Amino acid sequence: MTDVTHGAPVAAPRAFVSPATERRVVRIVLVLVAIAFLAIFLFLPLISVFYEAFRAGFSAFLRAVTERETASAIRLTLLVAAFSVPANLVFGVAAAWAIAKYEFKGKSLLITLIDLPFSISPVTSGLIYVLMFGAQGYIGPVLADHGIKIIFAVPGIVLATIFVTFPFIARELIPIMQAQGSQDEEAALSLGASGLKTFFRVALPNVKWALLYGVLLCNARAMGEFGAVSVVSGHIRGKTNTMPLQVEILYNEYNYGAAFAVASLLALLALFTLIVKSVLEWRYADEIAATRRH
Amino acid sequence: MNALASIDSEGSVALGEPVDVTIENVVKAFDDTPALHGVSLDVKAGELVALLGPSGSGKTTLLRILAGLDAPTAGRVLFGGEDALGLAVQDRNIGFVFQHYALFRHMTVFDNIAFGLTVRPRAQRPSKADIRRRVLGLIDLVQLNGLDKRYPTQLSGGQRQRVALARALAIEPRVLLLDEPFGALDAQVRKDLRRWLREIHDRTGHTTFFVTHDQEEALELADRVVVMSKGRIEQVGSADDIYDSPASPFVFGFIGESSLLPVTVADGAAVLDGVPTGLSAPGAAAGPATLGFRPHDVVLVEDDGPALRGRIIAERRHGARRRLELEVGREHHRAEIDVEVGAPRPEGGRIAFRPERWRIFPPR
Amino acid sequence: MARATAFAFRKPSVLPGFGLTLGFAVAYLSLIVLVPLAGLVVKTASMGWPEFWSLATDPRTLAALRLSFGASAAAAAMNAVFGLLVAWVLVRYEFPGKRIIDAMVDLPFALPTAVAGIALTAIYAPNGWIGRYAAEAGVKIAYTPIGIFIALVFIGLPFIVRTVQPVLEDMDREVEEMAATLGANRLQTVVRIVLPTLAPALLTGFALAFARAVGEYGSVIFIAGNIPYVSEIAPLLIVIRLTEFNYAAATAIATVMLALSFVILLAINLLQAWSRRRLGHD
Repeated sequence: MTDVTHGAPVAAPRAFVSPATERRVVRIVLVLVAIAFLAIFLFLPLISVFYEAFRAGFSAFLRAVTERETASAIRLTLLVAAFSVPANLVFGVAAAWAIAKYEFKGKSLLITLIDLPFSISPVTSGLIYVLMFGAQGYIGPVLADHGIKIIFAVPGIVLATIFVTFPFIARELIPIMQAQGSQDEEAALSLGASGLKTFFRVALPNVKWALLYGVLLCNARAMGEFGAVSVVSGHIRGKTNTMPLQVEILYNEYNYGAAFAVASLLALLALFTLIVKSVLEWRYADEIAATRRH
Repeated sequence: MNALASIDSEGSVALGEPVDVTIENVVKAFDDTPALHGVSLDVKAGELVALLGPSGSGKTTLLRILAGLDAPTAGRVLFGGEDALGLAVQDRNIGFVFQHYALFRHMTVFDNIAFGLTVRPRAQRPSKADIRRRVLGLIDLVQLNGLDKRYPTQLSGGQRQRVALARALAIEPRVLLLDEPFGALDAQVRKDLRRWLREIHDRTGHTTFFVTHDQEEALELADRVVVMSKGRIEQVGSADDIYDSPASPFVFGFIGESSLLPVTVADGAAVLDGVPTGLSAPGAAAGPATLGFRPHDVVLVEDDGPALRGRIIAERRHGARRRLELEVGREHHRAEIDVEVGAPRPEGGRIAFRPERWRIFPPR
Repeated sequence: MARATAFAFRKPSVLPGFGLTLGFAVAYLSLIVLVPLAGLVVKTASMGWPEFWSLATDPRTLAALRLSFGASAAAAAMNAVFGLLVAWVLVRYEFPGKRIIDAMVDLPFALPTAVAGIALTAIYAPNGWIGRYAAEAGVKIAYTPIGIFIALVFIGLPFIVRTVQPVLEDMDREVEEMAATLGANRLQTVVRIVLPTLAPALLTGFALAFARAVGEYGSVIFIAGNIPYVSEIAPLLIVIRLTEFNYAAATAIATVMLALSFVILLAINLLQAWSRRRLGHD
């Protein structure tokens, strides 16, 4: 490592490298290796989705995504998101408010339980609803007697989606609300604002970017959920097929072009989510810094 | 003394021998903003030198250049006549202590101190038993006996500081560099450690630089004090030199309490806003200059001859005396003087005074 | 009376809505998560030990569990290396396109798993962009455990990067400079100072990536080939048992997976608590 030559008349002037970083050539090699890794594992799959989707031309793509069963899958996916995202939004805000603004016993247990769905396989998530509401489940037969069908029907898909996307909004809100403390709300109350007014005029605007990001992430996951939905849906074409399930069916029928066409719509949704997230992060870096982790 | 014996028993002679340090015209620019403007300094082997200045004066930059953590834009640094800038930080053989210690949190006190020895190339690495003996000797030297298995988070601030110093000493540095070594400690611990650092220095005899913004610390501890301001050395000297014969209004103002007034020198005396002050300015060239005096070097005089005159705008208790804040001269320059607590308050707050000791500084 | 218990249960606050928000949150949590999960536990418990044991130790189940946990561990380990590298270059270096790359690291979070699954299969199939060259070299990737490994690397990457990144950003550079002044070369500094400091974050990221990979379904089933005893993952076996209406077997596999995951996560959490106590950051 050391290139000190005691006999040399003049030490060759060399570029100074801060001891807290690497030599330039090492830096370049590390960046290139990282980019190569990401190119193979991240960029290539993304590119291939669009490449395969448009390989047969734009009109083939259009035909594929407007085909009757696919269109119905798109409608169902939007419907599922329209139920599950607001449900988790209300829960996320309520849970974050209770956890961030008050001190009470069992708080960390509550936080752990909120995270629970993250550590459960989506397939297991579907399974527990089948055990609960299925034809041989605990309350499935009772409900069936009243003409209510949950498994292999839309309600089951919504429930499974809610379960899988359960923690997203709460997880985005809790850290930022905790970091902000309660002074703003207390100030508003002391100025005579009502509780509700304080909540809508002070507390919510304070966390609006985290809230927006949480909703987007929750939405992306809700529309893209596969494993849990696959278990409870029953794959009834045109009825209980969401977009991801439609992708699977088309793919398994060797209808690759159509499968990738539908997949590309979901990939666009993912890209949109990432772009909004990045823009929010760049513009409101300080506000969102606390919610970096997932 | 045992500790020192074990340190000295290390075979290599070149290592740890204190060296002269020569700094020649060192310039440092960060993105075209100059941080050091041609700094030169000669330090003899074994000297304990304080780099004293306000933040932004370039003192830490100079220390980091000596260490090899930064490179100067121009200039030379010699350790014992040898070009130090050609050496990477690893080969410079210096001991560095950061203000916040930069201890390795995942290592015990023992492992922290031993680190510098264990990373040596195999040929130069002491045996395990040797390392153990030397580390324990250092732990003894810094009076942390029995704490060798502790982790840094289990230590007090003062103890961490001692670990940081022992770790720097372990590699038997030629030069010891301390960046605000007591900056993060309580006042009392600071005082204790200050005395203790002086003792260690007297026993080990390293050429030592320490950076501080605390004049008391610098004056009390250092053989020589280097006062820096805005990337320049203002004055180098002993504590007495710096305090009694400040070379510039900056040094006068930075060390101790002081008032500075813009005056004109005419006929060998200082004139403030056209009014004679009665203060002689021997040797000063005629023209604008700065008059400096210390608040406690002032006596009140009758308002009938040459004097400084001012109006009291505030007063407060200051130790055993009372401090008056004044507007002095026609142009209302600010100045502070101390008077006896029982001194009668003059009518209308008008007061005339004369420094018993003062200095006239030529313009920059 | 009620006041007194409420007082003991929580610290007083002037903000309104505690009862409402906590009550709603707990009720919703119970309905959506806890009660259905309890159903799984009850179902398992009602089975009786011999039945459960025979279902859980069925050779096909064991093979699937072994594959799921093994491939997940391998993928998480791969991600620990490359995720650390990605986090490192993103935090420490400047290079063109850095922001875009930083944003793209989250792609596996946002991309639906089924989409990732068919895309990876298209690339690694014997006629795919990469699979073609692998096939020429005699390596089959898609429809083998290697394919499973690749899918799990894809979905696990952000967990490592996003846990290591903030720690790396907060890391005190003076510690590295300190090591250099003590004579350590860069490699020694990285290995002996930087990596141990990052270890707790790496471990957390590893655990998260591992847990996610064990349960992963969508991105794997397309590329796996799904051959029993060879490339059939445990979540897929649950689905297969469900389609056979063999709820007991599906439940047994799910329970074993949950239990194993919790044991591993618990172990990692304890290890982390221990190292955190020692390093003193919390």
